[in-house]
Amino acid sequence: MLLPALQTVVAIALAPLLVGWIDQCRAWLQNRRGAGLLQPYRSLRKLFHKDAVIAHGASPIFRASPYIQFGAMALAAAIIPIFSTHALLATSADTIALVGLFALARVFMALAAMDIGTAFGTLGARREMLVGFLSEPALLMVFFTASLLSQSTLLPTIVTTLAHRELAIYPSLAFAGVAFAMVLLAENARIPIDNPATHLELTMIHEAMVLEYSARHLALIEWAAALKLLNFAAIGLALFVPWGLSSPAGDGQEIVIGWITTTLKLGVVGAALALFETISAKLRIFRAPEFLATAFLLAVLGLLVHQLLGS
Amino acid sequence: MSLSGLNGALIIVAAWLAIGVAGLAAPRTLAWVGRTLFPLGAALGLGLAIVAGLALFAMPETRVLPLGLPDLPMHLRLDPLAAFFLALIGSTVCGVSVYAAGYFREGDGTAPGLQCLQYHIFLASMAMVVLADDAFTFMVAWETMAVSSYFLVTTQHRVPEILSAGFLYLLLAHVGAMSLLLCFGVLQGGSWHFTFDAMRGAELSPAWASVAFGLALFGFGAKAGLVPLHIWLPEAHPAAPSPVSALMSGVMLKMAVYGFARVAFDLLPHTQWIWGAVVLAVGVFTGLFGAIFAAVQTDMKRLLAYSSIENLGIIFTGLGLTLLFRGMAMGTLSALAFAATLYHCLNHAQFKSLLFLATGSVLHATGQRNLGRLGGLIHRMPRVAGLALVGTLAMAGLPPLNGFVSEWLLLQSYLFTPTLPHALINMLAPLGAAAFALTVALAAYVLVKFYGVIFLGQSREPALSAAHDAGALECAGLSWLAGLCVLLGLFPVAVLRALDTVNQSVLGATLGDRMISSWTLVPLTAERSSYSPLAFGAGIALCVSVTFVIVRILYHGRVRHSVAWNCGSSAPTPRMQDTAEGFGQPIRRVFGPFFQIRRQVPTPFDESPRYVLHLADRWWSWLYLPIARAVEMVARWVGYLQQGRIWLYLLYNFATLLALLAFVL
Repeated sequence: MLLPALQTVVAIALAPLLVGWIDQCRAWLQNRRGAGLLQPYRSLRKLFHKDAVIAHGASPIFRASPYIQFGAMALAAAIIPIFSTHALLATSADTIALVGLFALARVFMALAAMDIGTAFGTLGARREMLVGFLSEPALLMVFFTASLLSQSTLLPTIVTTLAHRELAIYPSLAFAGVAFAMVLLAENARIPIDNPATHLELTMIHEAMVLEYSARHLALIEWAAALKLLNFAAIGLALFVPWGLSSPAGDGQEIVIGWITTTLKLGVVGAALALFETISAKLRIFRAPEFLATAFLLAVLGLLVHQLLGS
Repeated sequence: MSLSGLNGALIIVAAWLAIGVAGLAAPRTLAWVGRTLFPLGAALGLGLAIVAGLALFAMPETRVLPLGLPDLPMHLRLDPLAAFFLALIGSTVCGVSVYAAGYFREGDGTAPGLQCLQYHIFLASMAMVVLADDAFTFMVAWETMAVSSYFLVTTQHRVPEILSAGFLYLLLAHVGAMSLLLCFGVLQGGSWHFTFDAMRGAELSPAWASVAFGLALFGFGAKAGLVPLHIWLPEAHPAAPSPVSALMSGVMLKMAVYGFARVAFDLLPHTQWIWGAVVLAVGVFTGLFGAIFAAVQTDMKRLLAYSSIENLGIIFTGLGLTLLFRGMAMGTLSALAFAATLYHCLNHAQFKSLLFLATGSVLHATGQRNLGRLGGLIHRMPRVAGLALVGTLAMAGLPPLNGFVSEWLLLQSYLFTPTLPHALINMLAPLGAAAFALTVALAAYVLVKFYGVIFLGQSREPALSAAHDAGALECAGLSWLAGLCVLLGLFPVAVLRALDTVNQSVLGATLGDRMISSWTLVPLTAERSSYSPLAFGAGIALCVSVTFVIVRILYHGRVRHSVAWNCGSSAPTPRMQDTAEGFGQPIRRVFGPFFQIRRQVPTPFDESPRYVLHLADRWWSWLYLPIARAVEMVARWVGYLQQGRIWLYLLYNFATLLALLAFVL
């Protein structure tokens, strides 16, 4: 009980570090010095100390939404096996419930964006839901493929089954892996769907939704976004490179190995993300549905391949 | 006469009829009709729900009432399937009737007392549909339901659009009813006994069974709004008063599901798996179609009507899965799929009624159905907005509310399709699952649009500042339904236990005692899947409140209010917000081929520039207009015979006589 709780708290605390690492890698790749690994923490601290400015006509939904974002992502961190498969709430919610949880956060974010009634807010909400309605089924199909391989929709069981299989290439998992990577980019507002580093009005999605937020509300949203990225990376690692995660029955050595391997893997994911973001350009917003439809079809293809080949 | 479940239900039906007749005593007195009779009807609804809930766990009861034609008494039966649907009627009606007590007011349409009669006949007929145990009683109740709801739809009968919407509804209801008559004709299998007992025993050849099944799918599909028989729904629902829309969408559509389940599982015991495949395909397509069309609607009640089509599609995919599993003799899995289906019926009844009623309150407060003229109502109608938010989240299928539970169960059923011993179905079922996932995700899009455009943002019309919150009775009705949404979401195990008795009696298979803990939903095995709504809901509540408390303790709570920043540009005006059309634009682009789009874009030289966009349903031009044209053509040909001249008719007589003579000789 104590260890899983610790795992969740550490994940929440370390999420901004992952974002800092990605930004630092990107800076190196772009031949800049970068602001350092701890810059996200400094930004959060600055935001928490400011006075919140709230627009006239904001309803309770606007003020509640940042807390719901953060709460939902923290709950997700308690469900996903990040450092060990012994997660805090692993049996009370399976992968499908996890997709539902992400959808809940998304819906509240979109509602909050529509709340003030600015052009950018509604635009962002509309685009976010556009991204969501294609990436959510794609994510579900990825989970389906993994569930069919392991006969379970519970993440710990999936991880245990996949970690103890023979070391061979599973075609269905390969398709699912590509689809999941695309979903990860889209869900976390990364290039090529959205650019977290710009406020260019015509292209932004996530930034358009949070334009009216400031101070602690904005800090919570930024932190929740970082945590979401960490959650997605952890899901991807659990599904496609599950080796090293410690099991509930694991001894001290196994637990330490789990923490170290996960940290290393997250570092590699962050660096890969930075590399991808450096060498690719943002898509036009009208191209986003094609990108996401490709992810969706790849995921479905993975499912079909599993049915055909049985692996 | 002991007070068994069946007698209790019959007493309630009779009492509803009595309330309806009592409404005629003072048809224009609102204090009598609204404040007295409708609450009484609501109490009876609650009673029906309790009686039916008890009957779920009791043995089936039958009874023969000496009513009707001399040789055809009314056969009635209360078994768990009927009890479940009675409970659905009762629990939903309770909320809707309380709301209706505050909703109906003096207007230029039908008098409230007369509406009260129609409304309660409608309720009684729905209960009788469920209780009927022979084809005649069923058809009489079914037609009474159709006709009474027709009168309720055309309450504002002086408006031409409403009259034509009602006519379309009546037309499709009767096309469906004819199909059902034929279906029962096939089901009696040469015995000429029309009790359901005789039909269960009739030995039909597989081909005839398939014919009966097809007729049932068509007949009940017309009522349920399966594509392409869905066109009456988006017309009739906006036309009807909101409590009636709520009942029609929430409860009456479920009567079609009941009838279909009765015929497909009970009266046709030998299921063929191909039926399941057909129903699954129709359901998947209907669901996706409904969701896509709901996303582009600009009228809030039309939007909900299309979303009903979507939900009925989801329910029929569940029925299709049940038939598939049953056709392949996989009892436990069919029980899982059937329980998920029935659960979704119950959920849809609650949240769809809730949202239809919320639109009724909005309509009363603003006089607007058009989404483009609403907005910002959360400030003017906080109570309605809060309760509608519960319905919105439930219908978007978000945990921990009820919509998510049934969708979770259905997805679990989908995950078992690979165990089906049939290669082709194995390949196609994942496509169904994918389409289902897409439908559910689209529903969230639709509901963000629905809620965001109506309740959030700034008022799009100055007149909206006069809008007022709903009255106490209306809010009580909404709260009842919202409360059910929450309870059904948090305590699914109790509901599933009740549904398992339905499984046992209808399918002869159960989920068994696998639901070990009473808090965690474990449909098959604990290793396979589990979902604990209470832990989940508590987890969210805990995380959110802990976050709030920590932020509050550690940091100051200083807040300044100012004009919206809006990226530094001038203060936003209401006209800058997305319209309903704008919010649906991405869907229009992505799913372009689904729509028949007529667009008129202004040129720079227009004196009065106008942008016109008209989206139409392709089924009208593909199916209905050709039929209408063919009927008109035949009518014209018949018209040539009627020239209105005496000599011509004498000539017809002469020719007929000659033909008869030639025939006889």
